Amino acid sequence: MKFVGDRYLRKEDPRLLTGRGQYVGDIVLPGMLHAALVRSPHAHARILRVDAARAREHPGVVDVVSFADLGAAGRSFPIVPPHPELRGHNFSMLADGRARFVGEVVAAVVADSRYTAEDARELVHVEYEPLPSAQILVPGAPAVHGDAPDNLAGRVTLARGDVEAALRAAPRVVQITLSIGRGGGQPMETRGLVADWNAALGQLTVWASSQVPHQIRQFIGDLLDLPPHQVRVVAPDVGGGFGAKLIVYPEDVLIPFLTRRLGRPVRWLEDRLEHMLAATQERLQEHDVTVGFDDTGRILALRDRFTHDTGAYTPRGLVVPLLTASMLTGPYRIPAVLSSFESRYTHRVPVTPYRGAGQPQAVFVIERVLDLVARETGRERSEVRLANLVRPEDMPWDVGLPNYRASGNVVLDSGDFPSVLRRALEIAGYDTLRAEAAAARAEGRLVGVGLACYVELTGVGPFEAARVRVDAGGRIAVFTGATTQGQSLETTFAQVAADELGVTPEDVTVIAGDTGGIEHGIGSFASRAAVVGGTAVALAARDVRAKALVLAARALGVAEAELQQTGAAFADRRHPERRVPFAELARAAAGATAGLGVEPGLESTRFFQPADMTYSSGAHVALVEVNPLSARVTITGYWISHDSGRLINPMVVEGQIQGGVALGIGSALLEEIVYDAEGQPLAGSYMDYLLPTATDVPNMNIDHLETLSPLNPLGIKGVGESGALPVPAVLASAIDDALGTRGSRVTRMPLGLARLHALLPPP
Amino acid sequence: MTLHAIRLTVNGAERHARVMPRLLLADLLREEFGLTGTHLGCEHGACGACTVLVDGEPVRSCLLFAVQAEGCRVETVEGLAAQGSGPHEVLHPLQEAFRARHALQCGFCTPGILMTLAAYLRERPSPTESDIREILSGNLCRCTGYQNIVQAGLDAAAALRAAGAPQ
Repeated sequence: MKFVGDRYLRKEDPRLLTGRGQYVGDIVLPGMLHAALVRSPHAHARILRVDAARAREHPGVVDVVSFADLGAAGRSFPIVPPHPELRGHNFSMLADGRARFVGEVVAAVVADSRYTAEDARELVHVEYEPLPSAQILVPGAPAVHGDAPDNLAGRVTLARGDVEAALRAAPRVVQITLSIGRGGGQPMETRGLVADWNAALGQLTVWASSQVPHQIRQFIGDLLDLPPHQVRVVAPDVGGGFGAKLIVYPEDVLIPFLTRRLGRPVRWLEDRLEHMLAATQERLQEHDVTVGFDDTGRILALRDRFTHDTGAYTPRGLVVPLLTASMLTGPYRIPAVLSSFESRYTHRVPVTPYRGAGQPQAVFVIERVLDLVARETGRERSEVRLANLVRPEDMPWDVGLPNYRASGNVVLDSGDFPSVLRRALEIAGYDTLRAEAAAARAEGRLVGVGLACYVELTGVGPFEAARVRVDAGGRIAVFTGATTQGQSLETTFAQVAADELGVTPEDVTVIAGDTGGIEHGIGSFASRAAVVGGTAVALAARDVRAKALVLAARALGVAEAELQQTGAAFADRRHPERRVPFAELARAAAGATAGLGVEPGLESTRFFQPADMTYSSGAHVALVEVNPLSARVTITGYWISHDSGRLINPMVVEGQIQGGVALGIGSALLEEIVYDAEGQPLAGSYMDYLLPTATDVPNMNIDHLETLSPLNPLGIKGVGESGALPVPAVLASAIDDALGTRGSRVTRMPLGLARLHALLPPP
Repeated sequence: MTLHAIRLTVNGAERHARVMPRLLLADLLREEFGLTGTHLGCEHGACGACTVLVDGEPVRSCLLFAVQAEGCRVETVEGLAAQGSGPHEVLHPLQEAFRARHALQCGFCTPGILMTLAAYLRERPSPTESDIREILSGNLCRCTGYQNIVQAGLDAAAALRAAGAPQ
């Protein structure tokens, strides 16, 4: 392949570097109104009355809307995806007489400017009856939903073998309790929407900063009773997603509702405080783990029971805890496993996947277990891992636990986990690092080396769609149902299409995130875009080239075998001056093609429906130094070996990994959403929720292994989330090592300075 | 609300506006002048996405009122490339380096980072890696992990020195 595998510079960059990107907030329509949202200040309250009289009188205010104004559109959103064990509840556009978390939308004010709308928001008087709220993950907390006793959203047990018998039989058994706190995706662009109802066309156009425009279109259609052809949802340039833009939020339907109600375009741009209050979050789990093993460090049995905080609603059902539970064993062969959870409602922001989606928790648990086993058996941490890793000859490896979609077991399709670990150790100079760290500790410094392995579930179905079209001007457009929030699909999909079509990526324009360009689509999450969307692009482009060959053979009056391609044209091999460009073939395809056995139009729409998920893998090594007084952790070295199958663009893949690691550093050391006993979030700005800065994130050394996936024709595995997965685990491992035998062990993430300080050895 | 007439230069061109006293400089640039390359990430001065140069100094345009820029020289990302926009524009060495190093993904924080570095490299033509990291610590990027941004900053500094650009 000519362009797949190339470090091709990005096609989106000239636009974004010169300030010509088009993010939602950059879109201005004539007569556009601006919405500001009234949000609940209480974690749990009955809403007795919304009095908007004063707000309505404020100059410039056009409308104020509360639940009573929604009519039939006020019903709850559907849950994606459902699960037999789930007692699910989703948002409605506005709180239905009861607020269930601080930040839930209660009313909307629409005015002629954002300044005016925010002024008038202060004039909306909402009468609340505050109620006690559920802030603990045990039975007995106040009920979040009437039909969920003890706030249980779902309880699931996954098992391989008889874990109790295996624990009884194991020579050694150890128990450990681990927990992870809440954080969020925090894209630098907040959420936002512009919606415009064109009465003449009967067309609703919605620009949304979203990872899932097709799903937004479906929800709008359902709730506002519009057929799909009357709704076009466009995700224009999107300033990061990371899961925070993965679900359909109340505002995604509310702003379209407002534009239909008012007959004028309406814009809403979330501010950062709103994002901190109401964008979905993740990770809070409490794990009780028991492991049985032998004296060589071989793990024989693993039992994990955990509680998962799902917040006030379940827009993504049980996906997050199911991913944690099903991916618990990571890259290791463990003969007997029990992994069970209880997902409980709380009066807090709903929990849905963000970068990693339940898997960083699983990696943290299993890697803490591996370190524990190493310590207990006195064996080196890397040796214990090598002794337990799935081997290349075991592939495909059936983990024995059902996957999170219940479409079968987790089956690791490909990879060479021992090689990936050995290469990480090699590029890090692991043995030397350990010796140096030990020498530094002997001098009283707190220096440590950590390591962690991981597999990542990627390439999730059910499908992705692609449409490749050559128009009469010879322009090649690729429409994809996948979306891009910085993942570079405009470039990587152009590379894939260019190879299939025999042109260059410069000849190809990729249009992602526009329901007007392609009828069906799923979106970008679960490290799926390149795997599923990229494959669909390859299939559709392949079709188009085959069709172009048929048309060219007719145009030139020769057999297909007599044709040769030069760029976007075919020529008669024997008379190369006789050539026909794609543009001409597209014009021919717009006419009668019946005699040729091809359908009109030089285009093809194809779906790729992967048979199963494909799993990336890798290993990270970190060197850290902990300041004995301030407890600040400095990461002084970071090494990564990673296998995500065939790399479409290594530059892009490395960027994804680097960004993932940075996010992982935030979720390990800096970022945490903490709620007080009344359910008030204690972080509302970047002064109290700390994202990693350029001085927190180290340079990373990245090594690639390319073990092709057998599950798609290009052999691709996903990478978007991989970088984030092992970071809390590898830093915990390194910090343990740095603190030595006198310090306490890391059992909780994120650490934060106060918690780290408590772990420090006595001076 | 009383409107105030203000006059300032933006990317070399003189601009006039009548503004509310509370209108933020960022909103003036974006909403009144259509210069939407300046982005708002946090609106509380922490993320740096809205960084523009006022009389050569990087400032957070979300923390400055438009009236405070009266008589000032404002530079935004739209003014960084030579010869305006379109296919014939000549990217600034920083922009070139950002592209070559894959120093941007979603691109939302990028304009603020470019402006921060543009001002810094005028003052400090030969920065070290830790200088660049230090000066960037007021600009948040959620996509890249900073490594490629830092490299791009070093590359651009070298390119500017080689070109003998006025410092």
